[in-house]
Amino acid sequence: MTYQPRKQKPITPDTFLRGIWRENPVFVMLLGLCPTLAVTNSTINAIGMGLATTFVLLGSSLLVSLLRNLIPKQVRIASYIVIIATFVTIVDYAIHALSLELYNALGAFIQLIVANCVILGRAESYASKNRITKSLVNALGMGVGFTFALLCLGSVREILGSGTLLGFPLFGDSFQPWVVMILPPGGFFVTGAWLLLFSWLQERRQRKAAKEEEAIHAPG
Amino acid sequence: MIELRTSPHVRGAPSVDQIMRNVVYTLLPVCAFSVYQFGISAFALILVAVLSCIGTEHLFCRLSDKPTTVGDFSAVITGILLALTLPPGFPLWMAALAGFVGIALAKVMFGGIGFNVFNPALVGRAFVQAAFPVAITTWTPAFAPGRFTEFIPSTWTFPFAEPVPVAQWIKDIAVDGFTGATPLALEKFGNAGVSHVHTNTADLFMGMTAGSAGETSALLILICGSYLAVRRMMDWRIPAAMITGAFVTAGLFFTIDPDAYPAPLFMLFSGGLMLGAMFMASDMVASPVTPAGVWVYGILIGVLTVIIRLFGGLPEGVMYAILFGNAASPLISAVTQPRVYGTRRKKKAES
Repeated sequence: MTYQPRKQKPITPDTFLRGIWRENPVFVMLLGLCPTLAVTNSTINAIGMGLATTFVLLGSSLLVSLLRNLIPKQVRIASYIVIIATFVTIVDYAIHALSLELYNALGAFIQLIVANCVILGRAESYASKNRITKSLVNALGMGVGFTFALLCLGSVREILGSGTLLGFPLFGDSFQPWVVMILPPGGFFVTGAWLLLFSWLQERRQRKAAKEEEAIHAPG
Repeated sequence: MIELRTSPHVRGAPSVDQIMRNVVYTLLPVCAFSVYQFGISAFALILVAVLSCIGTEHLFCRLSDKPTTVGDFSAVITGILLALTLPPGFPLWMAALAGFVGIALAKVMFGGIGFNVFNPALVGRAFVQAAFPVAITTWTPAFAPGRFTEFIPSTWTFPFAEPVPVAQWIKDIAVDGFTGATPLALEKFGNAGVSHVHTNTADLFMGMTAGSAGETSALLILICGSYLAVRRMMDWRIPAAMITGAFVTAGLFFTIDPDAYPAPLFMLFSGGLMLGAMFMASDMVASPVTPAGVWVYGILIGVLTVIIRLFGGLPEGVMYAILFGNAASPLISAVTQPRVYGTRRKKKAES
């Protein structure tokens, strides 16, 4: 029996955009919270982590999608992990070579990208079922969404916690830094605040939509 | 003439508003002493903390389209208690932030009054303790001359700026022998080469020492707390258990080595132990409800306070001990369920 590709939906802008907003890995799906909480104490760390994760996400999605018909179902998770670990090793060495400072700041969390559930989740639920280009577009959207979320957290924490943004002082010398913001509890506080904002916006949008629906169906 | 009535003869239990208002009344003498001791800075501190708490609660009620709940006075209590645990010269903007975080994070997020897992005032204080570790341990002397006409310089710090330094101001007003430390800090870290500086216990009891705005006078807090206990608006067993726990633990260490560890009475009357025992640990929502659980809870907090004070990095441990007790109280309630009348004490597990 010859292999017959399944009919697939075409790539739409939504394939890319859903990862950024509607299915944002951090703010909506609440995946990958370990690096989100741990390394967002400065904007630079957040960007570094976001880009590293995006690279691994792209690489692993490419390979998983390419090999999706060759990997036996029974050992797929192990295969995905091996693929992800390969790209994590590349990122690990690359950051080590490019910026020792960033490497030290991110510490063990670079290696821990292996265990980031955003990546495994994409491999399992998307790349293993879709064509290469589609998987790549989706992975890029997710990566950008993840980086965006880390940036949201990192910038707030850096501004409040050290009074700087990307290392540049914002408020002058007399600013009182909120020490707690660059400590782990600050990560939880800021994550919680962003989640609150997102669900508040979502609820408001739903309420608005419901009201409009009502207005349309209202008699008269 | 005897009035004859049919049952029920029990009058209605006090409502939440009534209890809360009574707690506010009992806190007023403590506030008054605080203002007498630290001057208008303490007054401004209490005012700002209360306004911040009320404002935050009102704001969140508006945001969630619910009728405002500021009328039940519980936000006022949170504000007063918060201010009483802060240093008298604490910058007002930080106090406002503490009030906001306390109410927003510990109260409205959990569903408002009756649902708070932790004491909101202590959550607010814990937040500023972690955010501004220097400002919250900058103490100013009690009974400074001119305290009713001039503010402590750090009080009016511009929002988000570093607190105005107070070292020179303290030197200028020249209070004899003031070292910028509370009795607890003196006991733990010593002063000028002496490893443990003891403070007169009678002074501690009356409240003649430096410290947070409203925690100094153990006597006054005891009297005010007793009023609440007599009116049955507070469970007297919680403070009793907490004080017993602290006293016995401190006494144990004091008996082992009187030179290294402070006397148990010092432990009771110093720092925020009395205020915490009377007004914070006894928070009706965040404490266990079972009769045995109340004792376990109080003793746990008392023991933890002493352990943190003696072996922790900070001189004061009441706040963390109470927050820990709050966290443990659902568990304590669950394991200390009283036996239902008529059932066997030990029921064999039915397979």
